[in-house]
Amino acid sequence: MGIISRGFGGRRRESVPGLPPGQYLTHDFPVLSAGPTPRIPLDRWSFTVATETGEKKKWNWQEFTALESEDVTVDIHCVTKWSKLGTTWRGVALDTLLADVETAADYTMVHSFGGYTTNVPMEDLLDGKAWIAYKFDGEDLEPEHGGPARMLIPHLYFWKSAKWVNGLTLMNDDEPGFWEAAGYHMYGDPWLEQRYQGD
Amino acid sequence: MNPLDGNAMAGDLRELFTVDVTAAHYTCAGCGHADAVGALILWGQEMGHVGRCPTCEDVVLRVVTAPDRVFLDLRGSVRLELPRTGS
Repeated sequence: MGIISRGFGGRRRESVPGLPPGQYLTHDFPVLSAGPTPRIPLDRWSFTVATETGEKKKWNWQEFTALESEDVTVDIHCVTKWSKLGTTWRGVALDTLLADVETAADYTMVHSFGGYTTNVPMEDLLDGKAWIAYKFDGEDLEPEHGGPARMLIPHLYFWKSAKWVNGLTLMNDDEPGFWEAAGYHMYGDPWLEQRYQGD
Repeated sequence: MNPLDGNAMAGDLRELFTVDVTAAHYTCAGCGHADAVGALILWGQEMGHVGRCPTCEDVVLRVVTAPDRVFLDLRGSVRLELPRTGS
Protein backbone atom coordinates (compact mmCIF):
# COMPACT_ATOMS: atom_id res chain seq x y z
CA MET A 1 0.00 0.00 0.00
CA GLY A 2 1.35 3.40 -0.93
CA ILE A 3 2.01 6.14 1.53
CA ILE A 4 -0.67 8.30 -0.01
CA SER A 5 -4.09 6.68 -0.16
CA ARG A 6 -6.65 8.60 -2.15
CA GLY A 7 -9.42 6.41 -0.79
CA PHE A 8 -8.97 7.23 2.87
CA GLY A 9 -10.43 10.54 3.90
CA GLY A 10 -10.26 11.79 0.38
CA ARG A 11 -13.92 12.65 0.26
CA ARG A 12 -15.78 14.26 3.10
CA ARG A 13 -18.83 12.28 4.11
CA GLU A 14 -20.84 15.47 4.42
CA SER A 15 -20.35 16.03 0.71
CA VAL A 16 -22.91 13.32 -0.13
CA PRO A 17 -26.27 15.05 -0.57
CA GLY A 18 -28.88 13.80 1.87
CA LEU A 19 -26.35 12.41 4.32
CA PRO A 20 -26.52 13.87 7.85
CA PRO A 21 -23.26 14.63 9.70
CA GLY A 22 -21.30 11.61 10.93
CA GLN A 23 -23.20 9.14 8.74
CA TYR A 24 -21.93 6.81 5.99
CA LEU A 25 -23.86 5.36 3.08
CA THR A 26 -24.85 1.73 2.96
CA HIS A 27 -26.63 -0.20 0.25
CA ASP A 28 -27.38 -3.13 2.58
CA PHE A 29 -30.17 -3.09 5.14
CA PRO A 30 -28.43 -3.88 8.45
CA VAL A 31 -30.55 -5.60 11.11
CA LEU A 32 -30.30 -4.29 14.67
CA SER A 33 -32.31 -5.95 17.36
CA ALA A 34 -32.56 -5.58 21.12
CA GLY A 35 -34.15 -9.01 21.50
CA PRO A 36 -35.46 -12.08 19.72
CA THR A 37 -37.49 -11.47 16.54
CA PRO A 38 -41.18 -11.99 17.33
CA ARG A 39 -43.16 -13.94 14.73
CA ILE A 40 -46.68 -12.53 14.75
CA PRO A 41 -49.41 -14.38 12.83
CA LEU A 42 -51.60 -11.88 11.00
CA ASP A 43 -54.74 -13.19 12.72
CA ARG A 44 -53.17 -12.25 16.07
CA TRP A 45 -51.90 -8.85 14.96
CA SER A 46 -53.59 -5.68 16.14
CA PHE A 47 -52.74 -2.03 16.61
CA THR A 48 -54.25 -0.01 19.47
CA VAL A 49 -54.21 3.74 20.03
CA ALA A 50 -54.82 4.63 23.70
CA THR A 51 -55.46 8.28 24.46
CA GLU A 52 -54.44 10.23 27.57
CA THR A 53 -58.00 9.80 28.87
CA GLY A 54 -57.97 6.02 28.42
CA GLU A 55 -60.05 5.89 25.23
CA LYS A 56 -58.93 3.10 22.90
CA LYS A 57 -59.21 2.52 19.18
CA LYS A 58 -58.09 -0.80 17.77
CA TRP A 59 -57.54 -2.21 14.26
CA ASN A 60 -56.98 -5.84 13.32
CA TRP A 61 -54.85 -6.68 10.28
CA GLN A 62 -57.77 -6.74 7.88
CA GLU A 63 -59.07 -3.38 9.10
CA PHE A 64 -55.59 -1.87 9.13
CA THR A 65 -54.69 -2.89 5.58
CA ALA A 66 -58.09 -1.68 4.35
CA LEU A 67 -57.15 1.87 5.39
CA GLU A 68 -55.85 4.24 2.74
CA SER A 69 -52.16 3.49 2.20
CA GLU A 70 -49.36 5.55 0.69
CA ASP A 71 -46.18 4.67 -1.20
CA VAL A 72 -43.27 6.70 0.15
CA THR A 73 -39.62 6.98 -0.80
CA VAL A 74 -37.47 8.23 2.06
CA ASP A 75 -33.90 8.30 3.40
CA ILE A 76 -33.29 6.47 6.68
CA HIS A 77 -30.54 7.17 9.20
CA CYS A 78 -29.46 4.78 11.95
CA VAL A 79 -27.78 6.14 15.09
CA THR A 80 -25.04 3.53 14.56
CA LYS A 81 -24.05 5.79 11.64
CA TRP A 82 -25.33 4.00 8.55
CA SER A 83 -27.74 5.76 6.23
CA LYS A 84 -29.71 4.29 3.37
CA LEU A 85 -31.07 6.66 0.77
CA GLY A 86 -34.17 6.33 -1.38
CA THR A 87 -35.87 3.44 0.45
CA THR A 88 -39.40 2.61 -0.74
CA TRP A 89 -42.22 1.65 1.59
CA ARG A 90 -45.98 1.29 1.66
CA GLY A 91 -47.86 2.12 4.80
CA VAL A 92 -50.69 3.91 6.52
CA ALA A 93 -49.99 7.49 7.54
CA LEU A 94 -50.37 8.26 11.23
CA ASP A 95 -52.57 11.15 10.06
CA THR A 96 -55.05 8.51 8.88
CA LEU A 97 -54.89 6.44 12.07
CA LEU A 98 -55.23 9.48 14.35
CA ALA A 99 -57.82 11.35 12.25
CA ASP A 100 -60.79 10.39 14.43
CA VAL A 101 -58.94 10.22 17.74
CA GLU A 102 -59.91 12.90 20.27
CA THR A 103 -56.71 14.01 21.98
CA ALA A 104 -54.80 17.01 23.23
CA ALA A 105 -51.65 14.99 24.00
CA ASP A 106 -48.28 16.42 23.02
CA TYR A 107 -46.31 13.17 23.33
CA THR A 108 -46.64 9.53 22.38
CA MET A 109 -45.10 6.20 23.27
CA VAL A 110 -44.81 3.62 20.51
CA HIS A 111 -45.22 0.01 21.69
CA SER A 112 -44.07 -3.18 20.01
CA PHE A 113 -44.59 -6.91 20.29
CA GLY A 114 -41.70 -8.10 22.48
CA GLY A 115 -41.90 -5.09 24.79
CA TYR A 116 -39.86 -2.47 22.91
CA THR A 117 -40.95 1.14 23.34
CA THR A 118 -39.85 4.52 21.99
CA ASN A 119 -41.15 8.03 22.66
CA VAL A 120 -42.04 10.44 19.86
CA PRO A 121 -43.65 13.89 20.10
CA MET A 122 -47.13 13.98 18.61
CA GLU A 123 -46.24 16.67 16.07
CA ASP A 124 -43.56 14.37 14.62
CA LEU A 125 -46.20 11.78 13.76
CA LEU A 126 -48.54 14.16 11.92
CA ASP A 127 -48.60 16.14 8.66
CA GLY A 128 -47.19 13.37 6.48
CA LYS A 129 -44.11 12.73 8.60
CA ALA A 130 -44.77 9.18 9.83
CA TRP A 131 -46.31 5.92 8.68
CA ILE A 132 -46.91 2.40 9.86
CA ALA A 133 -45.27 0.51 7.03
CA TYR A 134 -46.09 -3.03 5.98
CA LYS A 135 -44.28 -3.28 2.65
CA PHE A 136 -40.63 -2.61 1.85
CA ASP A 137 -39.32 -2.49 -1.71
CA GLY A 138 -42.65 -3.83 -2.97
CA GLU A 139 -42.60 -6.93 -0.76
CA ASP A 140 -44.28 -7.81 2.53
CA LEU A 141 -42.11 -6.54 5.37
CA GLU A 142 -39.93 -9.39 6.66
CA PRO A 143 -39.93 -10.13 10.42
CA GLU A 144 -36.23 -9.23 10.66
CA HIS A 145 -37.07 -5.73 9.44
CA GLY A 146 -40.12 -5.33 11.66
CA GLY A 147 -42.88 -7.20 9.85
CA PRO A 148 -45.80 -7.53 9.80
CA ALA A 149 -45.66 -3.76 10.37
CA ARG A 150 -43.21 -1.19 11.70
CA MET A 151 -43.17 2.51 12.42
CA LEU A 152 -41.51 4.67 9.76
CA ILE A 153 -40.41 8.11 11.00
CA PRO A 154 -37.59 8.91 8.58
CA HIS A 155 -36.75 12.39 9.87
CA LEU A 156 -35.61 10.91 13.21
CA TYR A 157 -32.90 8.32 13.91
CA PHE A 158 -34.19 4.90 12.95
CA TRP A 159 -34.48 3.52 16.51
CA LYS A 160 -37.62 5.68 16.66
CA SER A 161 -39.03 3.66 13.73
CA ALA A 162 -39.97 0.80 16.02
CA LYS A 163 -40.24 -2.68 14.54
CA TRP A 164 -43.22 -5.01 15.23
CA VAL A 165 -45.50 -2.18 16.37
CA ASN A 166 -48.74 -2.98 18.15
CA GLY A 167 -49.78 0.26 19.76
CA LEU A 168 -49.44 3.94 20.48
CA THR A 169 -50.08 5.56 23.86
CA LEU A 170 -50.82 9.27 23.80
CA MET A 171 -49.32 11.17 26.74
CA ASN A 172 -49.42 14.66 28.21
CA ASP A 173 -45.79 14.46 29.34
CA ASP A 174 -42.72 13.08 27.62
CA GLU A 175 -41.33 9.79 28.97
CA PRO A 176 -38.29 7.82 27.84
CA GLY A 177 -38.71 4.60 25.86
CA PHE A 178 -36.42 1.56 25.77
CA TRP A 179 -33.21 3.12 24.44
CA GLU A 180 -33.93 6.63 25.72
CA ALA A 181 -34.04 5.29 29.29
CA ALA A 182 -30.61 3.75 28.73
CA GLY A 183 -28.88 6.95 27.59
CA TYR A 184 -30.06 7.71 24.07
CA HIS A 185 -31.49 11.11 23.14
CA MET A 186 -35.15 11.81 23.86
CA TYR A 187 -35.74 13.25 20.35
CA GLY A 188 -33.04 11.91 17.99
CA ASP A 189 -32.67 14.40 15.12
CA PRO A 190 -29.97 12.99 12.79
CA TRP A 191 -29.22 16.42 11.31
CA LEU A 192 -28.34 17.70 14.80
CA GLU A 193 -26.54 14.43 15.73
CA GLN A 194 -28.80 13.97 18.75
CA ARG A 195 -27.49 10.49 19.54
CA TYR A 196 -27.12 10.49 23.34
CA GLN A 197 -28.66 12.43 26.22
CA GLY A 198 -27.20 15.90 26.31
CA ASP A 199 -26.17 15.94 22.63
CA MET B 1 -29.06 -11.75 14.05
CA ASN B 2 -27.88 -14.05 16.80
CA PRO B 3 -27.22 -13.02 20.40
CA LEU B 4 -23.96 -13.50 22.28
CA ASP B 5 -23.53 -14.31 25.95
CA GLY B 6 -22.96 -11.73 28.67
CA ASN B 7 -19.20 -12.27 28.71
CA ALA B 8 -19.02 -10.23 25.49
CA MET B 9 -19.60 -7.01 27.46
CA ALA B 10 -16.70 -7.59 29.86
CA GLY B 11 -14.62 -4.87 28.21
CA ASP B 12 -17.28 -2.17 28.42
CA LEU B 13 -18.13 -3.05 32.03
CA ARG B 14 -14.45 -2.86 32.95
CA GLU B 15 -14.72 0.89 32.31
CA LEU B 16 -17.32 1.13 35.10
CA PHE B 17 -16.16 -1.29 37.76
CA THR B 18 -12.84 -2.36 39.17
CA VAL B 19 -14.02 -5.96 39.46
CA ASP B 20 -14.99 -8.37 36.70
CA VAL B 21 -18.76 -7.78 36.58
CA THR B 22 -19.37 -10.73 34.28
CA ALA B 23 -18.57 -12.91 37.30
CA ALA B 24 -21.06 -11.01 39.48
CA HIS B 25 -24.49 -12.54 40.08
CA TYR B 26 -27.69 -10.75 39.06
CA THR B 27 -31.23 -11.44 40.22
CA CYS B 28 -33.80 -10.89 37.46
CA ALA B 29 -36.59 -8.45 38.39
CA GLY B 30 -38.96 -10.30 36.08
CA CYS B 31 -38.71 -13.90 37.30
CA GLY B 32 -36.24 -13.91 40.19
CA HIS B 33 -33.76 -16.09 38.35
CA ALA B 34 -30.20 -15.59 39.59
CA ASP B 35 -27.05 -16.36 37.66
CA ALA B 36 -23.72 -14.89 36.58
CA VAL B 37 -23.89 -11.71 34.46
CA GLY B 38 -21.77 -13.58 31.92
CA ALA B 39 -24.64 -16.03 31.42
CA LEU B 40 -27.10 -13.33 30.25
CA ILE B 41 -28.26 -13.53 26.64
CA LEU B 42 -26.79 -10.49 24.96
CA TRP B 43 -28.62 -8.60 22.19
CA GLY B 44 -28.40 -5.22 20.50
CA GLN B 45 -24.64 -4.88 20.55
CA GLU B 46 -24.54 -2.12 17.92
CA MET B 47 -26.55 0.41 19.95
CA GLY B 48 -25.58 -0.97 23.33
CA HIS B 49 -25.59 -4.21 25.27
CA VAL B 50 -29.03 -5.57 26.14
CA GLY B 51 -28.60 -8.40 28.64
CA ARG B 52 -31.69 -10.59 28.80
CA CYS B 53 -32.50 -13.24 31.38
CA PRO B 54 -31.99 -16.70 29.85
CA THR B 55 -35.07 -17.93 31.75
CA CYS B 56 -37.77 -15.30 31.03
CA GLU B 57 -36.09 -13.10 28.32
CA ASP B 58 -36.78 -9.91 30.32
CA VAL B 59 -34.13 -7.21 30.07
CA VAL B 60 -31.88 -7.40 33.15
CA LEU B 61 -29.34 -4.71 32.26
CA ARG B 62 -28.41 -2.33 29.47
CA VAL B 63 -25.01 -0.77 28.80
CA VAL B 64 -24.80 2.12 26.34
CA THR B 65 -21.35 3.47 25.50
CA ALA B 66 -21.22 7.05 24.19
CA PRO B 67 -17.92 8.59 23.09
CA ASP B 68 -17.51 10.37 26.44
CA ARG B 69 -19.82 8.41 28.80
CA VAL B 70 -21.07 4.95 29.66
CA PHE B 71 -24.70 4.48 30.75
CA LEU B 72 -25.64 1.45 32.87
CA ASP B 73 -29.35 0.76 33.32
CA LEU B 74 -30.08 -1.87 35.96
CA ARG B 75 -33.85 -1.51 36.37
CA GLY B 76 -34.37 -5.11 35.28
CA SER B 77 -32.19 -6.40 38.07
CA VAL B 78 -33.33 -6.42 41.69
CA ARG B 79 -29.84 -7.26 42.94
CA LEU B 80 -26.28 -7.39 41.72
CA GLU B 81 -23.89 -9.41 43.87
CA LEU B 82 -20.27 -8.48 43.33
CA PRO B 83 -17.29 -10.40 44.72
CA ARG B 84 -15.02 -8.31 46.97
CA THR B 85 -11.45 -8.06 45.86
CA GLY B 86 -9.21 -10.38 47.85
CA SER B 87 -12.03 -12.35 49.44
